[in-house]
Amino acid sequence: MLYAILCYASEDVVSSWSKAQDDEVMANLLNVQDKYAKAGRLGPVARLLPTTAATTLRKVKGESVVIDGPFAETKEQFLGFYTLECADLDEAVEFARELSEVNPSGGSYEIRPVSVFNPTKVAV
Amino acid sequence: MTELAWISSAISSARPQAMGALLRYFRDLDTAEEAFQDACLRALKNWPQNGPPRDPAAWLIFVGRNSGIDAVRKRAKQAPMPEEDQISDLEDAESDIAERLDGAHYRDDILRLLFICCHPDLPATQQIAVALRIVSGLTVKQIARAFLVGESAMEQRITRAKARIADAGVPFETPGAVERSERLAAVAAMVYLIFNEGYSTNSGEAPARAPLCEEAIRLARLLLRLFQTEPEIMGLTALLLLQHARAPARFDENGEIVLLEDQDRSLWTRKMIDEGLALVDKALRHRKPGPYQVQAAIAALHARAEKAEDTDWVEIDLLYGLLEQMQPSPVITLNRAVAVSKVRGPEAALAMIEPLEERLSGYFHFFGLKGGLLMQLDRGEEARVAFDRAIALANTAAEAAHIRMHIDRLMKDGAVRAPAKKAN
Repeated sequence: MLYAILCYASEDVVSSWSKAQDDEVMANLLNVQDKYAKAGRLGPVARLLPTTAATTLRKVKGESVVIDGPFAETKEQFLGFYTLECADLDEAVEFARELSEVNPSGGSYEIRPVSVFNPTKVAV
Repeated sequence: MTELAWISSAISSARPQAMGALLRYFRDLDTAEEAFQDACLRALKNWPQNGPPRDPAAWLIFVGRNSGIDAVRKRAKQAPMPEEDQISDLEDAESDIAERLDGAHYRDDILRLLFICCHPDLPATQQIAVALRIVSGLTVKQIARAFLVGESAMEQRITRAKARIADAGVPFETPGAVERSERLAAVAAMVYLIFNEGYSTNSGEAPARAPLCEEAIRLARLLLRLFQTEPEIMGLTALLLLQHARAPARFDENGEIVLLEDQDRSLWTRKMIDEGLALVDKALRHRKPGPYQVQAAIAALHARAEKAEDTDWVEIDLLYGLLEQMQPSPVITLNRAVAVSKVRGPEAALAMIEPLEERLSGYFHFFGLKGGLLMQLDRGEEARVAFDRAIALANTAAEAAHIRMHIDRLMKDGAVRAPAKKAN
């Protein structure tokens, strides 16, 4: 079984770390990942840019609406994610729009730029 | 990270919200500051023992408020409030109380806190110093270091500015929509000033002043979290990120300025560029352009060019034209002239800046650019005159050194090129 491990933390606190502190945390996290990557068990890893860079596409009465900011509804749950190479935000929004059009559940697509991406592969 | 480092970053990230709430509560800057200081001291004692609270800002507001009331009561010789240990466990009660207290006011609290620092009577440098002290919580020593002045001079400057703010009275009432957007504009301008104070520097001073740029970015992100749909705040944040991304490439190993077109672009901080570009994209979707967005869009065009020669100068010229319409200023025309020189040649650019000479007679960059354009037009003698003026007006040693390099080249080339011309 492949598991996704999702990170939650206070962005206020994380963004007030100095570069040295941030580097230290990232290095420590990388040490943990290395062990699992060597065993061929680690899949892609991503760190996202701050939520201030987020845009959300929501379906409101069947219509998709693009709004600023992160997804913030607690009555919906995190179900899955995509990564897509885009020249600009418009391309990402277009992809989300296409997804939402064929997705009968309402819901939202939060669009967040990725800052660190390590496409580690799981050995099958 | 050590426990102390965690606590100090939790406190500094909670500071604007907590100070903003305490200021609203006590309506007096000194009382709010004392109350916050006291709450921080208690946090340093309490958090390592009881574990960090789930919402540090709520904890600091609650404890700070009690301690402020306590101080006021002590002055009135009344009984003290209960110790914070009784309210400092990790129960929901703690955040609920603070939530009730402050949830609705969060945004206006922080805006007010920043806004009182922008008092129009205060010169820009004092506004910045006060904001760094009150909002960001930098020590007087740190601020003095960033401004390259002595600690006691800075202490005096801040004390004077704070007295002025106190005299003016804190604008306590909840702002209306128009007033809120006016406050936001004033605050955005101040954040930009903080950034520029850190950015206009030379290599020797850069490490001391870089914290100003970082603090400005932190404040811009904070504003953006509070005003998520304001395209100008997206533009401001993007502008700061895109400019600061170039910091590692701005000086060579001898501390000389490296011009944008000569910078090693592989040294630019990719992460900041990505964030800046994402914000520019977000802002442009609003189709409500403003000066910060336009400047960010210009910075984005530089960031998107992998090599200097890939730069889209035609688009940059257009954007500067737009900026000139939005906020006419000779400095913007001067910047536009750089793009014009790339698109239409040095002659057109020179014609554009010559009428500005009177208004920019004290501006280093005017004479630097004028000299550069004259040099491209092979008007060596006039270029020399302009460069001499530039050196006399240079703000930093690096600026002067950069112009001197041009003069050296001029003298070397002049000796060679002038006779060759005559032979033709």
